[in-house]
Amino acid sequence: MNWDLLIIQCLNGLQLGLLLFLLAAGLTLIFGIMDFINLSHGSFYMIGAYFCASITNLTGSLILGVVISLIGVLIVGALVEALLARRLYRNDHLDHVLVTLGLILCFDTAVHFFWGAEGMTIPLPPALDGQVNMGDIVIPTYRFVIIIAGLLVAGGLYLLVNKTHLGMLIRAGASNRVMVTALGINIDRLYMIVFAIGAAMAGFAGMLIAPITEASVGMGNEIIIIAFVVVIVGGIGSVKGAFYGALLIGLIDTLGRSYLDDFLKLSMPANYAETAAPALSAMMVYILMAAILAFRPRGLFPPATKS
Amino acid sequence: MKTKPKPKPMGTIGTALACAGLLLCSNAYTDSVKIGFVTTLTTPAGVIGKDMQDAVNLAVDHLGAKMAGKDIEIFFEDDGFKPEIGKQKTDKLVKQDDVDFVTGFIWSHVLLASRKSALDAGKFLISANAGPSKLAGKLCHENFFSTSWQNDQTPMAMGEVLNQQNVKSLYVMAPNYAAGKNMVAGVERTFKGEIAGKDLTKWGKDAQLDFSAELAKAKASGAEGLFVFYPGKAGGAFMKQYQQAGLVESLPLYTVFTVDSIALPKLQGANMEGVLGSRNTMFWSPDLDTPGNRKFVSGFREKYGKYPSFYAAQAYDSIMLINSGVEGAGGNVDDMDAVRSAMKQANFDSVRGKYTYGNNHFPIQNFYLREVVEDADGNWTSKIVSTVLENHQDPYAAECKL
Repeated sequence: MNWDLLIIQCLNGLQLGLLLFLLAAGLTLIFGIMDFINLSHGSFYMIGAYFCASITNLTGSLILGVVISLIGVLIVGALVEALLARRLYRNDHLDHVLVTLGLILCFDTAVHFFWGAEGMTIPLPPALDGQVNMGDIVIPTYRFVIIIAGLLVAGGLYLLVNKTHLGMLIRAGASNRVMVTALGINIDRLYMIVFAIGAAMAGFAGMLIAPITEASVGMGNEIIIIAFVVVIVGGIGSVKGAFYGALLIGLIDTLGRSYLDDFLKLSMPANYAETAAPALSAMMVYILMAAILAFRPRGLFPPATKS
Repeated sequence: MKTKPKPKPMGTIGTALACAGLLLCSNAYTDSVKIGFVTTLTTPAGVIGKDMQDAVNLAVDHLGAKMAGKDIEIFFEDDGFKPEIGKQKTDKLVKQDDVDFVTGFIWSHVLLASRKSALDAGKFLISANAGPSKLAGKLCHENFFSTSWQNDQTPMAMGEVLNQQNVKSLYVMAPNYAAGKNMVAGVERTFKGEIAGKDLTKWGKDAQLDFSAELAKAKASGAEGLFVFYPGKAGGAFMKQYQQAGLVESLPLYTVFTVDSIALPKLQGANMEGVLGSRNTMFWSPDLDTPGNRKFVSGFREKYGKYPSFYAAQAYDSIMLINSGVEGAGGNVDDMDAVRSAMKQANFDSVRGKYTYGNNHFPIQNFYLREVVEDADGNWTSKIVSTVLENHQDPYAAECKL
C-alpha cells in the first residue's frame, strides 16, 4: 500500500468535494428555503468562469478577475430571482424544471454567442502554477488554493448562517417558511439575497475550476447533477449536510477512480476490470445516494422541521 | 410531461410524400453534387467541428464551387457529440436531402451508429476523422472510404518511437470509448516495454476533465513515460494539469491527437511552456512539404488566420477525394461503380501527398514523429522530426473480405 498516494488522493477528493460544496450550498438553500428547483444553477458556475476568464485576460490580474466576476454573478443571480424565479415559487416543481431548463438553453446560447464555442483559459500567475512539496507528497499549488478557498467559504457560510441575524432568518426559512412570513419578515428581500449568494458561490466554483480545465459552454450542466446528489444525500435545505455530503461524494468519486480497477482485478481479468472500473466509479455516487436514502430518506442532516 | 407526444399523422404523411417526390425527381434531374457533412458543432467539441467546416468551405473555394462542372451543395449537420443524434442526422441527410455522399464524423461511436443508415441507403460514406477497428475489419464496405487513418495506426507509430527512445515502462491514459480503446490497443501492439498502469476515463458530453487522481497514480507507478490520447478540449485540460502537477521533467509525455492546433493557441495563452518540445505522432503536419498541403495550409491561414488542425486537413481531403470520384465518373454521381473506382485510385493532391487505398479503403500512408515548436511569428505549432512508419497499413485490413 502506497500511503503517500492515498493521502494525495484524499486531498484530490477533498478538493473535488469542496468545489461540489460551493455549488451544492446555494442549491440546497434555494431548494430548502424557496422550495425552488433551480436546474440552471450550473449556469452561474459557467458564467462565473467566463466573467473571470474575460476580466483576467483583460486586466492581467486574477484577483481583480475574481472580485469583479463575483459582483457580476451576484447581480445576474439577483436579476434571475427578481425577473423570473420570484414568479414561480408558488407553482409546482414541474414548472420550475421547465423554466430553469429553458434558462439553461438561454444561458448556453448567450455564452456561445458572446464568447464563441472555443472555450477560454485563465492563465495562472507563476506563483500558483508550481507545486507544494511536503516530503514525498507533491500537490499542485493551485489545487491547494482551491482547498483553502473552499474551506474559507465554507467557514464564512457557517458563520453567516449560524451567527448573524440574516443567518437566523435563513435557518428559520429553511425549517418553516410560513412562520417566517407570519412574523412579518420581508421574505422577498431574503429570497433575493439567498438566491444571489447561492449564485455567487456557484460562480466562484466555476472561477476556481476554470484554470484547471477551462471555461466552456455547458460546463455546469454535468456537475449540477452531482450537486443535486449532494443536496439530497446531505438533506434538502441543510448547509451542514451539503458540506459533509459534498466531501463524502468527492472522496468516493476520487478514490473510486483511483483504486476501483485494482480492486476489481482481484476478482476478474484485467481487461474487463479496466473497462468496468470507470463505468462503475461513475455509478458509485448514485449507488451511495440510493443506499443513504434507503436508511435515511431525508438525507444525512435534514433541517430540524420542514413544513 | 405526463403524456408522451404522439406522432402527428399529418407530419408522417407529409414526410412520406416528400420522400416519394424526392425519389421521383432525384434520378431524373440532378444538377448538383450533394454532400452531407456530419460533425459536432455544439458542445465544447464544437470547436473541432468549426475547424472542419472551415476546411470544407476552403475546399469548395479551391474547387471554384464546382465538381465536374456541377454545383456543390453541402449540408452541415450537428451530431451534438451523441451517437443517436448522429444517426438521426444521417437518416435525415439520406432520406430528406437525398445527398450523394455522407462525410465528416469526428467520433468513432457516432460513425459506428450512423454507418448503417448511410450504407443501407446506397450512399458513399467517407470518414474524415473516426477510424474504428470494426469498419476497417469485419464491417468494411465497398462504399466506405476514409481520408484519415484507422485508430490503431497513430499510436502504433508512437509505440515504435517509444521503443527507439528505449522507454522501458509506460503509463497509459485514454477516454473510455471505441477510439480510446483502439488507441490503447495500438500502442500496446508495438510497444515492447511494460505497461505500468492504465486508466480509461469517462467520456462523452459529460466527459471527465479533472485528471488529478489519474496523474497521481501515473506518478506513483514509477513509469518512464506517459502515453495519452485526449482529443478536443480534454487535451488542453490534460496538458495544463500535467504541467501543474510538475511532471514535465519526471514523466515525459507522448501523445496522439491531444496536442493539436486547436489546443496549442490556448495552451500558449495560458503560458503552458511544458508543452513545447513534447512529441506526438501523426500522418500529417502543417509543415509537410507536398503541393496539396502547401496550398491547403497557406489557404487556410490566409482565410482564417490560424493553423489548420489535422481534423481540418482530413475534412479538406474528404471533399477533394469526392471531387476525384465525381470527376472520374464524368459528373454522373449515379454511376456509383465509376465514382468508387475513381476514388479507390486516390488520384488527387492530398494534403499528405500521394497515398494508396488498401482493400478496406483505409489509406496506406506514412506516419511521422512531430515536435511542438514556436514558429517564426511566435505561434506554437508542430514540426516533423522524422518518419516513423512508411506506407503503413492498419492491422485489421486482413479481416476485411473486400
